[in-house]
Amino acid sequence: MNWFYFSSPPTFYRLAGRLAPWFFILAAALAIWGLYLGLLVAPTDAQQGAVYRVIFIHVPTAWMSMFLYFVMACYCGLTLVFNTRLSAMMARAIAPTGAMFTFIALWTGSFWGRPTWGTYWVWDARLTSELVLLFLYFGFMALANAFEDPRRGDRAAALLALIGVVNLPIIYFSVQWWNTLHQGSSVSFKGTSMHVTMLTGMLVMSFAAWMYAIGATLVRVRSVILEREHRAQWVRGPGVA
Amino acid sequence: MRPSDASPAPVTGSFSGGFAWAMARDLRLAWRHPDEAVLTVAFFALVASLFPLGIGAEPQLLTRIGPGVIWVGALLAAFLALPGLFAADYADGSLEQMTLSPHPALGWAAGKIAAHWIVSGLPLTLLSPLIGLQYGLAPDTLGVQALSLAIGTPVLSLLGGACAALALGARGGGMLLALLALPLFVPVLIFGAGASEAQATGLSAAPHLSLLGAALIAALVGLPAAIGLAVRIAVD
Amino acid sequence: MTIYWSSWSEFWAMGGHAFFVWMSFGALLAAIVVEIILLQVRRKRALAAIEEERDLEAEN
Repeated sequence: MNWFYFSSPPTFYRLAGRLAPWFFILAAALAIWGLYLGLLVAPTDAQQGAVYRVIFIHVPTAWMSMFLYFVMACYCGLTLVFNTRLSAMMARAIAPTGAMFTFIALWTGSFWGRPTWGTYWVWDARLTSELVLLFLYFGFMALANAFEDPRRGDRAAALLALIGVVNLPIIYFSVQWWNTLHQGSSVSFKGTSMHVTMLTGMLVMSFAAWMYAIGATLVRVRSVILEREHRAQWVRGPGVA
Repeated sequence: MRPSDASPAPVTGSFSGGFAWAMARDLRLAWRHPDEAVLTVAFFALVASLFPLGIGAEPQLLTRIGPGVIWVGALLAAFLALPGLFAADYADGSLEQMTLSPHPALGWAAGKIAAHWIVSGLPLTLLSPLIGLQYGLAPDTLGVQALSLAIGTPVLSLLGGACAALALGARGGGMLLALLALPLFVPVLIFGAGASEAQATGLSAAPHLSLLGAALIAALVGLPAAIGLAVRIAVD
Repeated sequence: MTIYWSSWSEFWAMGGHAFFVWMSFGALLAAIVVEIILLQVRRKRALAAIEEERDLEAEN
C-alpha cells in the first residue's frame, strides 16, 4: 500500500471530510450510552456520595488529554524527521482539542476535589503536571503561530512538543512516585476494583471522548489545509466547499 | 559583538572543541559587557527586598516564606537573563556561523548554556545565602538553599535556553518566552523551594535534591542537542 | 439495567452535590459546544478567504 498517498493534502482533505461525520455520530451514541450508565444506572458511591459521578468525565478527559498530546508529539516527530506538511497540520489540528480536554480534566477534577478533599486545588504532583500539560498545549499553539513562515512555526512547535513529552510519564506515574493527594489508579491491565457498571460507564465515555477528538481533529485539519494550501490549484477547484 | 570576535573555526570539529570555544567566547563577551550579569543579580536582590516591604517585615513570617521567595526571585532573574543568550548572536549573524562550523551543534550549544549559567545562575546561587540571612533563615537552611539553587539554576538555563532558541525571531517576544519557559520552570521551583522548606521544618531535603539532580542529569543529556536543533530551525 | 434514582428531583439534586456535579458536566457540554462553533467559524473564514482570492484573480 502506498502510505504516502494519504499524505497529499487534497487526498487527505477529501478523506477527512468523508470520515469526520461518522466519528461524531459514534461519539454521540457512545456518550449517550455512557452518560446513561454513569448518571442514571450506576449506584452512588458509599463514601464519596453522588459527586463521584464526575469520574465519568474526569477520567476520560484526563486520559484523552495525555493521549492526544502523545499523538500530537508523534506527528511532530514525523514533521521533524520527514519534513512532511500534513503531519505538521495534523499536530496543529490536534492541539486545541487536546487543550480543551486538559482544561476540562482540571476543571472537573477541581469540582470533584472541593467536596471530597475540601479544596478546589492543591499543588501536588499530578495536578501540577497536568496544569503544565495545559500550558504546553498553549505554548505549542502560540509558538506555531508566532512566525511569518508557517513552516518555521511547524518545526519550532514540533520540537517544543517533543521536549514536553517528558511531562507525560510524570503525570502518569506521579501518583505512584509521590505521596499525593490524588488517588492512585484503580484501573490496570491486571484488573480493577471498581463496580462493573462504573467501569463500563467510564470506558464507554473514554471511547466517546476518543471518537469526538478524532472527529474534531479531522474537521479542524480540513480548515488548516485550506489555510495553508490556499495557493494550490486543487483548492480553487470543485468539491472543496 | 562583531563576527570578528569569533576565533577562526578549525577544520575538524568536536564536542569539546565546540564547547570550549563557545563558552570562552561568551564569557569573554560577558566580561566586556557585564551589565547583563550585574542586572540579573541586582534584580534578584531587588525582588527579594520587595516582599518584606509589601508583606510586612515580621521575622517569623519572613523566615516562613524565605525559601519560596528566594527561589521565585532567582527563577525570575534567570528568566529575564534568557533573551540575552541568543538574541545578539542571532541579530548579527554569528549564530548562523556557529551552525555552519565543523563543531557539532551539541558542543557549542552546551558551551553557550554553560557560559550563561556562569554569568546568571552561579551569581544568583552565590548571593542567595546573603538574601537568606535577610530573611532570617538558619545556617543549614541557607546551605540547602544554595545547594538547591546550584543544582536547579543550570536546569533553568537549559530549559530556558531551549525555549529562547525556539522563540528566536518570533512575534510576541517576551510574553511568548514566558508562556513557554515558566510552565517548564514550575517543577524545578517546586523541588528547589521544597528542598529548603523541608530543611527548615526539620524534614529531610534529600528527596527533593535527588529529584533536582535527576532533572539536571536528564536536562544535560537531552537538552543541548534539542537547543542545537532549535537554533538550526531558527537560522534555516 | 434499573435506574438508580427514585425520582427526577433526586437526580438533579445529586445527593446534595448538585453544584459540583452539574458545574462539571455543564463545563464539558459548554466546551464541546464552543469547540464545534469555533470549528465552523474557522472553516467559514478559510473558505471566504479562498473565495476572495478567487474573485481577485478573476478580476485580473
